[in-house]
Amino acid sequence: MHELSIAASIVEAVTESAAAYPGARVIAVRLRVGALASVVEDSLKFCWELASEGSPIAGAALVINKLPVILHCESCNADSEIDGVQSFRCPHCNELATDLRQGRELEIESIELEEPENGDAPSTAPDPLRNQEVREQI
Amino acid sequence: MTTRIVELRRGILKKNDELAAGLRDRFTSAGVLVLNLVSSPGTGKTAFLELTLRNLRSRGAKAAALVGDLETDNDARRLAASGAPVRQINTHGICHLDAEMVTKHLEGWEGVSLAGLEYLFIENVGNLVCPSSYDLGERIRVALLSVTEGEDKPLKYPGLFNSSDAAVITKIDLAEPCGFDRELALRNISEIRPGIRIFETSAKTGVGMEDWLAYLAEQARPA
Repeated sequence: MHELSIAASIVEAVTESAAAYPGARVIAVRLRVGALASVVEDSLKFCWELASEGSPIAGAALVINKLPVILHCESCNADSEIDGVQSFRCPHCNELATDLRQGRELEIESIELEEPENGDAPSTAPDPLRNQEVREQI
Repeated sequence: MTTRIVELRRGILKKNDELAAGLRDRFTSAGVLVLNLVSSPGTGKTAFLELTLRNLRSRGAKAAALVGDLETDNDARRLAASGAPVRQINTHGICHLDAEMVTKHLEGWEGVSLAGLEYLFIENVGNLVCPSSYDLGERIRVALLSVTEGEDKPLKYPGLFNSSDAAVITKIDLAEPCGFDRELALRNISEIRPGIRIFETSAKTGVGMEDWLAYLAEQARPA
């Protein structure tokens, strides 16, 4: 049951990032969660409500993008997605493989913001997120 | 209203990961081998660690332990009987240790300096799920399971076993009365973590401890 600690960490990180967009409201937070991240989706969603309540990002939806394990096989050099997490064998040659290319992620992928049309978000002030990729959507 | 998507690509446990990386640097420069012991409650982590500490001390090695529990200092008192310096971390309800708790409990630890140690054991809170997400800066993560827990434990908790460097089977003296299928257990561990070192031990009879201690000595040797 560490989902509450994880939810609290997400609220903290998102609140920090969203502060660069005054006047904007966070409507969604997208996560990338690997199959080996030991996180229970339902439990995290339940904790999300508790952790975000009363915070500047209350009401934001939590969207969880689950990622399967991808193994790199030393024997046949293939990268393959495996079914489940009970056996770490290459689906092509059936050899055991230890090189994980995906599956342990526990990341905030992006946040979705809603901004007023002629919002007074400072356009001249330095943008602390300027090094991050920002996409505009209508 | 316009909608904007801001890519963050940020680890949720970034703060813990950064603290753990700092701890790992400290441990490496102090030359201390740090191990994080993780298992269910009741696997016998404390008994196994107590015997490990006694053995290391009798060989003149300098070892200490941090021990995590929700409440009580019972385990610290048990471990201290080995003569090694031991400090209790009470998490008061939190189901895992994190790098900040370890950092705090290394401060002001009377009579203990990292540079004066060869081994530091961190006994995590009894839990097979949550501790696997929190890096403590350890070099070796050890997953323990007892013969009474069933051979399929590694399959049920792949997150922990897959991220571990060594696996210890405890209470091996009870294998027969429990009908423990040793081959199946070893196979299950290896399916989840191919190539992992596996130790079969009993804190009661001492069996398997020689191999474990040899492994510790080998890992502690500077590369």
